[in-house]
Amino acid sequence: MTPLLSVQGITKRYGAHIGCADVSFDLYPGEVMGIVGESGSGKSTLLNCMAGHLTPDAGQVVFDTRTDGRRDTITMSEPERRMLGRTDWAFVHQHARDGLRMGVSAGGNVGERLMAVGERHYGDIRDKATDWLGRVEIDASRVDDRPTTFSGGMQQRLQIARNLVTGPRLVFMDEPTGGLDVSVQARLLDLLRGLVRDLGLSAIIVTHDLAVVRLLADRLMVMKSGRVVEAGLTDQVLDDPQHAYSQLLVSSVLQV
Amino acid sequence: MIELKNVSKTFTLHNQGSAVIEVISDVSFAVAPGECVALTGASGAGKSTLMRMIYGNYLTQAGEIRIGGLDIVRSEPRDIIKLRRDVLGYVSQFLRVVPRVPTLDVVAEPLRALGVPADDAQDRASALLTQLNIPERLWSLSPTTFSGGEQQRVNIARGFAHTYPAMLLDEPTASLDAANREVVLSLIEDAKARGAAIIGIFHDEAARTRVCDREIDVGRFTPGMAA
Amino acid sequence: MTEYNFAYLDEQTKRMIRRAILKGLTIPGYQVPFASREMPMPYGWGTGGVQVSAAVLTPKDTFKVIDQGADDTTNAVSIRTFFQRTAGVATTTATSDATVIQTRHRIPEEPLHEGQILVYQVPIPEPLRFLEPRESETRKMHSLEEYGLMHVKLYEDISRHGHIATSYAYPVKVEGRYVMDPSPIPKFDNPKLGDMAAIQLFGAGREQRIYALPPYTQVVSLDFEDHPFEASKADHPCGMCGATDSYLDELIIDDLGGRMFVCSDTDYCEARQAAGHKGKDAA
Repeated sequence: MTPLLSVQGITKRYGAHIGCADVSFDLYPGEVMGIVGESGSGKSTLLNCMAGHLTPDAGQVVFDTRTDGRRDTITMSEPERRMLGRTDWAFVHQHARDGLRMGVSAGGNVGERLMAVGERHYGDIRDKATDWLGRVEIDASRVDDRPTTFSGGMQQRLQIARNLVTGPRLVFMDEPTGGLDVSVQARLLDLLRGLVRDLGLSAIIVTHDLAVVRLLADRLMVMKSGRVVEAGLTDQVLDDPQHAYSQLLVSSVLQV
Repeated sequence: MIELKNVSKTFTLHNQGSAVIEVISDVSFAVAPGECVALTGASGAGKSTLMRMIYGNYLTQAGEIRIGGLDIVRSEPRDIIKLRRDVLGYVSQFLRVVPRVPTLDVVAEPLRALGVPADDAQDRASALLTQLNIPERLWSLSPTTFSGGEQQRVNIARGFAHTYPAMLLDEPTASLDAANREVVLSLIEDAKARGAAIIGIFHDEAARTRVCDREIDVGRFTPGMAA
Repeated sequence: MTEYNFAYLDEQTKRMIRRAILKGLTIPGYQVPFASREMPMPYGWGTGGVQVSAAVLTPKDTFKVIDQGADDTTNAVSIRTFFQRTAGVATTTATSDATVIQTRHRIPEEPLHEGQILVYQVPIPEPLRFLEPRESETRKMHSLEEYGLMHVKLYEDISRHGHIATSYAYPVKVEGRYVMDPSPIPKFDNPKLGDMAAIQLFGAGREQRIYALPPYTQVVSLDFEDHPFEASKADHPCGMCGATDSYLDELIIDDLGGRMFVCSDTDYCEARQAAGHKGKDAA
């Protein structure tokens, strides 16, 4: 099987400071990988390098494109990369307002990616948007409301709908449950799990919440000071961590 | 079906003076299809640890653990995940689920992961929950609020939803009343009859005698515990 | 008026503007940045259009200025007078006689012919501005032809009003490439933009942008398959000349709810009246 995403030697420096260093891994279709680590460990830098938001100083991010097979997305042209960004890739921001157009209705937010890939039938676009609102458990009657009138959890679900409407194959998530109430988090996690399973999505989830990766991720990478210190099966890394830092991280979680 | 060769495990506690604890050393045994093997030994002998190693939950430092041909000590995560989905079932002592997911879906999930249509998966889940005497009015609720015994039965139903060729059972009859214990034992017997290779931990001696073909004393492989 | 260089601007500035115009004509619909000058009138009064007019006017030209179709409003009168004084060119109100027509918010009803230049005053040249405030991002969207956002605006219109309620500055796509703001002309005028015999130049003074449509350019108004573009106008004949095919202004004529509809293009209306056409409100 060909990996969907092959990350090789990704390094990003901020002057003398290391953002992330020499990160490599393969992600296969349908796999969900978690990246954990404390603030400043380089996990967000890595995510942004992979998603094309930052240009790494070294390394490759090879994606198995639908049309041309495996391509290094770092060296591909910007139009191609942006096209990937609205077709095969999705990016879920921690703060929904970074990923939504707050002045545009829920339907328009979901429909934007469809219109961006050339859909020009209002009725179809609206039907698809309404269908997606339903799939993320937002009532169809809210289709014309702006996200400013939505709760935090609803905004996050709307952001997910907006991202998934074009059937991406790879979803990048940056702390998708951060800043939400615990009960809202649970609902979102359940929703994400169902979508990942039913759509066969691959995903990379950056979070500092170990409970989130235990529920969502098949695999886990632990980062510290820009480097991957441990990687493996999620439950193995969490239940039998090998590296000193992973052991500290796991033992630092409050038990409830 | 399940084969262990010279398997050893140590824990290195980096944050406690890098203490190295040897927990299992040089275990070898095999379990054939249709066979049920009990792991025995005193508390702390490493029964659960060994079981977790076989499941890939704990990392194994040395040796081979082959399940249906796959050496999980040297496998990629995705291969272990596939193995767990298709081949290797595990009924732990604790139920771990996403809050607010209905019990019926919790039980049906292993089948859904295999691509079984939702209706069929739910039918199978309903049958198991009925068999394990979970009242139907609870099926739409999350099991997180259930009593210990109820949670354990939901856990067993989930573990037996798919007909795995290999199964690991950690105290499947603990905290069950006589009637439900009987149901679980018959589920194990059915699994054996269809050819599943089973490794179990049973404190319940009568249950052990009834379903297990052999016993392996894990204490023998535990450094410092062996007599 | 020897104190001013011909048409007010110095020759170097005019050359700079002409280069921008030529670039605009070669890349129809593309917004060319130019070094907009201070003009002796406030921004918003047509400084972009005036600079473009100054750059294209020659002493032999006949100049016409309209504001919302009318030759006799303050803005039109003052710009016409400005070029009379600084360029000494002939002026006219007759559309067919003019060689250069500067306009604010209208395209004349009478079809333009080859050799004419229509200069638009543009307040905000960037059609994507209200959806994406970052200039760096809108430029990228133009260069990569990422125009989905433009349809989001139309989508919002339909979802809120049941139809595309944008009635002026209605976005168009030029030659299948650039999405362009046609300046705040009523969408009634949009069909005239395409395949026009005259040269169309757009000047935005405050925003320092020039763009252009060479003659006979393909211009398509954006729409949805199930909500096609419609060039709408008030459903009345002109009260003065009886025309049924012209864009109308609604005039309130008393405080009892009385109103009348008249052609917004004064030259067109007057020419029709002179030819004997009469509307129901004509004296």
